[in-house]
Amino acid sequence: MRMRRIFGRMGSACIACALFSAPAHAQVTFERLANSGKEPQNWLTYSGDYAGRRFSLLDQIKTTNVHSLAAKWVYQTGATGKLETTPLVVGGILYATAQDDRAFALDARTGRPIWLYQHALPGDIRPCCGRVNRGLAILGDKVFLGTLDAHVIALDTKTGNLIWDMVAADYQKGYSFTVAPLAVKNLVVIGVSGGEYGVRGFLDAYDAATGERKWRFYTVPGPGEPGHETWEGDSWKIGGAPAWNTGTYDATTNQIFWPTGNPSPSNRGEGRAGDNLYSNTLLALNADSGTMNWYFQFTKHDEHDWDATQVPVIIDAGGKHLIAQANRNGFFYVIDRTTGKLISANAYGKTTWSDSKDAEGRPVAKKEASPTLEGHTVCPGALGTTNFMAPAFNPQSALFYVTARDQCDIFSTAPQPYEAGHAFYGSAYFPSEEAEPYRGFLKAIDPATGEIKWTFEHTSPTWSGVLTTAGGLVFTGDAEGNFIAFDAASGKVLWHFQMGGAVYAAPMAFAVDGKEYVAIAAGSAVYAFGLP
Amino acid sequence: MSSGIQPTEGGRARAWGLWQRGRLVLSVSAVLLVLAATAVAADNRNPFAGDAKAARAGESEFRINCALCHGLGAHGGGRGPDLTRAQKKHVHSDAELFQVISNGIPGTVMPANGTNGQGVGMTDEEIWQIITYIQSVGVKVTANPIGNASHGKELFYGEANCSVCHMVEGKGGRVGPDLTAAGGSRTREAIIDSVRNPSRRLAWGLTEATKEFPQEYETITVVTADGREIKGVALNEDNFSVQMIDSSEEIYLLEKDTLRSFQRSRESIMLTYSRDHLSDKDLDDIVAFLIGVGAK
Repeated sequence: MRMRRIFGRMGSACIACALFSAPAHAQVTFERLANSGKEPQNWLTYSGDYAGRRFSLLDQIKTTNVHSLAAKWVYQTGATGKLETTPLVVGGILYATAQDDRAFALDARTGRPIWLYQHALPGDIRPCCGRVNRGLAILGDKVFLGTLDAHVIALDTKTGNLIWDMVAADYQKGYSFTVAPLAVKNLVVIGVSGGEYGVRGFLDAYDAATGERKWRFYTVPGPGEPGHETWEGDSWKIGGAPAWNTGTYDATTNQIFWPTGNPSPSNRGEGRAGDNLYSNTLLALNADSGTMNWYFQFTKHDEHDWDATQVPVIIDAGGKHLIAQANRNGFFYVIDRTTGKLISANAYGKTTWSDSKDAEGRPVAKKEASPTLEGHTVCPGALGTTNFMAPAFNPQSALFYVTARDQCDIFSTAPQPYEAGHAFYGSAYFPSEEAEPYRGFLKAIDPATGEIKWTFEHTSPTWSGVLTTAGGLVFTGDAEGNFIAFDAASGKVLWHFQMGGAVYAAPMAFAVDGKEYVAIAAGSAVYAFGLP
Repeated sequence: MSSGIQPTEGGRARAWGLWQRGRLVLSVSAVLLVLAATAVAADNRNPFAGDAKAARAGESEFRINCALCHGLGAHGGGRGPDLTRAQKKHVHSDAELFQVISNGIPGTVMPANGTNGQGVGMTDEEIWQIITYIQSVGVKVTANPIGNASHGKELFYGEANCSVCHMVEGKGGRVGPDLTAAGGSRTREAIIDSVRNPSRRLAWGLTEATKEFPQEYETITVVTADGREIKGVALNEDNFSVQMIDSSEEIYLLEKDTLRSFQRSRESIMLTYSRDHLSDKDLDDIVAFLIGVGAK
């Protein structure tokens, strides 16, 4: 009965859906994922498209009418902690996740739940930084979830029923998933978390139909593999380099671009002498085989916890095939994605750790930036100039939008033996007493020059990601619970709404019945906004 | 919690002391603390007591897990008390310290082990190592207290004018932070520094995890649409609104886009107490008063 009622509603929704190109109930094929721009009413991947742009072609909500935007519905997840999810929307159904590996499907017009899935978690999981999850991938009639106990699972899109459940790694050794997977071809690509536990990082690809693992790329090379020599002794075994944020995909070259995190222990380089490949690296992998085409390491031998896991955004400009990344270490990198060669690296926040560049143009760490036992101040701090918050690129304004933070920390090492499943930082860091108070920003960067075109300063730093739309808008949230719309060209605030809970998630846009919505998670709820 | 337990001396003495002082209201945290303390088994002794190697391991664990609030060397930070003091407010034995690290202190920002969202927390062994470290840096005997607390109290509520803005135990002003707990959670040096240099660090910001209400007592100066200047302290603020209190304890709820000007400053609204205003001796007396209140 319940299902029929839902289908009844969806049936009427679909008359409007047909105005756009894709039917609501058609399976989400790889072709649809690769051509997501043809169905802007749907939001099919974590970043909205394979390029990682978090750009919506919807333009009904625009600079001239956004002032009248209003809350349409609120869905309370009932979960506590940080909501980092980006919902997916397909054919009027919104799929999202909440803390402790809950997944749910909602009527995207009303926020009314259709199904709820709760993964059974053991009591002794090892999440690094909250019991969080950043979202789902969708392919065919399944959504895919990575769990805090290091399972990869597939759920039926219509019921939330469990279809398959694969164990990727031993959670008791510190492995977990928080990332939104990326569906590519017939594969579910997912990177592991655990850089705080001395894991050996990897990126996996599972057969979407069966759950069978098709390939694994270890982000720390084993004996005999190239790059292994960049690790001292046995340090590679606990070398970290997790892959905990969603990468991007270029269908033309069939390459996955996936960024990796810090080497372990995060703030103590002693014992792991060398560059520590492929930590803090952008990997270009063949999607079918997981073999590496090229890599670019942003921070060699990192000692400041500067995971390079920020979304690598695919940009085509001036005949060049580029990848742009606003890195946690404070530099904005533009890379030729055909060759993996660095084109430019410009600071976009307060940095004190580097005052020179190597022959390739890569910022090089000053010797004095290394943490010491007594500790000293380095900028950015351990949280980085940016972090997991998703950036956005708008091809119309040609600007890259990123949440940034100016904060300096005192970095101090703390020798710590490795013990499987126990926190392994080798460090302590403290807010620097001498430095200024933390400052948070939304910055618009011109990728062509690295120049910052406009800056909005928040009252305090935020963990919110950014959405940009063809309506000439940029949306983000703040630490005090506001959802804010900006003019994408000028950075002028055009609208805001107080949601009553801090934002740790990134916004997205969708349309149902020809009506555009913008959605974001804040506090413990998901909010959807639309025009009156 | 096992049965057949022996209440510790500390637990009993604390409960008795509270009743003796005739306090009508026993705080929830005190009740829980007594329960926690009395639940400690008598044989719950530190297996590493006096072991220098364990103390060294404990120092690393301390730096990673505790120093953010309690400072390097356990000498106290902006949020957590100096743990080298012979007299600690919440614990009187290793076993109680173990309980406090394991379970946190309700009603304070001291978290329970493993509840900061980062993994499973420390093992029992690591906690004991930390305790061994803390004991190794602890001052064994309480030094003669510096300052005259009763004179400090007179000054606080009298000619030093502290109570115009600060409340202690429910008495005093509202513009500045309530200092009832300050003597228990801050070092003597930190309190003196915040009197001599009030702008140097304002109130310490809270950690990210508890940043929901980060009052730092920044000075706000606004000019309203009708040209009125208001100067006071921020109670809260976001990108679009500010809630503030002025020196006459009037609360203002303002939307920033309706203001002619808005200025936020980390120059404290508090008067800088130089030695001309307040001698070192008098300041010692005030600090002694605050430490006495904070130790209750």
